[in-house]
Amino acid sequence: MSHVVSSTAKTEADRKIALLDATAGVLVKHMPAIAAAVGLVVLWQFVVWAFKIPTFMAPSPVDVAYAFRDNAGILWTNMLPTILEAFLGFVFGNLVAILLAIWFVHSATAEKAFYPIAVFIKAIPIIALAPILVLIFGNGLAPKIIIAGLICFFPTLVNMVQGLKSASPAMLDLMRVLSASNTEILWKVRLPSSMPFLFAALKIAATSSVMGAIVAEWIGSSFGLGALIIEATYNFRSPLLYATVVIAAVLAVVLFFIVSVIEARMIRWKPAGSH
Amino acid sequence: MAMSGAAKLMPSVPLTEPATTAVSIRNLSVRFGDRNNEFTALSDVSVDIPEGAFVTMLGPSGCGKSTLLRCVADLVHISDGSISVFGRSPQEARQSRDFAFVFQDATLLPWRNVLENVRLPLEVGKHAQTGDNADPHELLAMVGLKGRENALPHELSGGMRQRVAIARALITRPRILLMDEPFGALDEITRDRLNEELLRVWQETGTTILFVTHSIPEAAFLGQNVLMLQAHPGRVKEFMKVDLPFPRSLAVRDTVEFIGVTAHLRRLLEECL
Repeated sequence: MSHVVSSTAKTEADRKIALLDATAGVLVKHMPAIAAAVGLVVLWQFVVWAFKIPTFMAPSPVDVAYAFRDNAGILWTNMLPTILEAFLGFVFGNLVAILLAIWFVHSATAEKAFYPIAVFIKAIPIIALAPILVLIFGNGLAPKIIIAGLICFFPTLVNMVQGLKSASPAMLDLMRVLSASNTEILWKVRLPSSMPFLFAALKIAATSSVMGAIVAEWIGSSFGLGALIIEATYNFRSPLLYATVVIAAVLAVVLFFIVSVIEARMIRWKPAGSH
Repeated sequence: MAMSGAAKLMPSVPLTEPATTAVSIRNLSVRFGDRNNEFTALSDVSVDIPEGAFVTMLGPSGCGKSTLLRCVADLVHISDGSISVFGRSPQEARQSRDFAFVFQDATLLPWRNVLENVRLPLEVGKHAQTGDNADPHELLAMVGLKGRENALPHELSGGMRQRVAIARALITRPRILLMDEPFGALDEITRDRLNEELLRVWQETGTTILFVTHSIPEAAFLGQNVLMLQAHPGRVKEFMKVDLPFPRSLAVRDTVEFIGVTAHLRRLLEECL
């Protein structure tokens, strides 16, 4: 941000100070969490050292840090497909769920017909579904995207149906007195009032989409963080395994964070009943 | 919080001797439920509301006063009889925006600011752009919310939210204002103030107002006429004129005449039970 052409030197300095203040503020606010995390890592190092635990069983934090440095290339090339799968799965899974929810709200018959099927699909263990999809779609990106999408799909469908129905009867009466069409009611009332429900689901979906992609990569895949986890486990490369797990977790947290930021920007009103 | 300048906003209708009938209700019956479990909400209700009148509707709970109002607004299906709004069916009147409705809850869209909420009726429905609409800024000034255009509903008090709802109702310059206990959820001080301001809006705009309430003083203070309903089934008890001169200020409620009116209404209400 510092090389924005129009900004003068003074405002740039101001901005830097403001940025520093903000960073310090965040650090202070999250001090207990940071202290607890550092403490746990130190404890982990101490336990591994004190009980002389072999590296293949449980590597120390220092070993994991070395694994990051030594395997940076492998980790990077395997992270990219997982990000892509999780992202596309997130987009498609949620998109289908949102469209289906809109259909359900406008057609009671559609809801009665397909809601039980959606519940049944949700009931199939995702790990059991993975081999089936690999058999159908082969070993490429497609089965991974589908599994990541499926994992996002259900929470979003349930929340979105509830959200679209959350508009108060009085609001719907108001729209009727105004002779609003169904499309107008959807855009002006139902969709906006469903947003808090949608984002609650999207935050769940953000983290589970990464999990879905990794689980899909366990089944006969040659790329991705999931494949790397399997490979590192069978070869007793425990520090690499741990490094992969850390990256997967960070990935999920970053996605969660992005969704939270978008939510904070979009929903600046309080849902009805909370005032 | 002065509601001034409304005369410029609304076509002014003289209050003396109204010529036409705004709402004509003939032998209206409303039944809910199926054949086995039927409930009669309104039975054989007939009443004429003259144009420009301020009619308050009063009655014990369950007497169907809200149902009657919702029938006029085409929100409830009529079982028998008929309603005509300026000679048209409630559905046609709704589609041509002859009336506006104010609910007990302000029902503002919480994600829209004050100005966007007031403009909502102009954005939806087929007649949105064609009508001769009022200026939202002038309306907000009239209900005392100048300067709060960008506030979100949750930043306003209950009374302010209801003022926004009234401004939203007036944006299409409706000929009739249907109000369903609009001040029922407000504290007494706010309610008194809004009562006085509503009378001023009515006198400056000449809009016909149908106002449901469960407060005897409110019914007597606001109404030119009080339509008293009785329950089980809901039917007309009396359609009486309130003999108090306009313009009325809150002080009128301390006069002997006013107390006479409320005492009479209370007697009628007790007969209903």
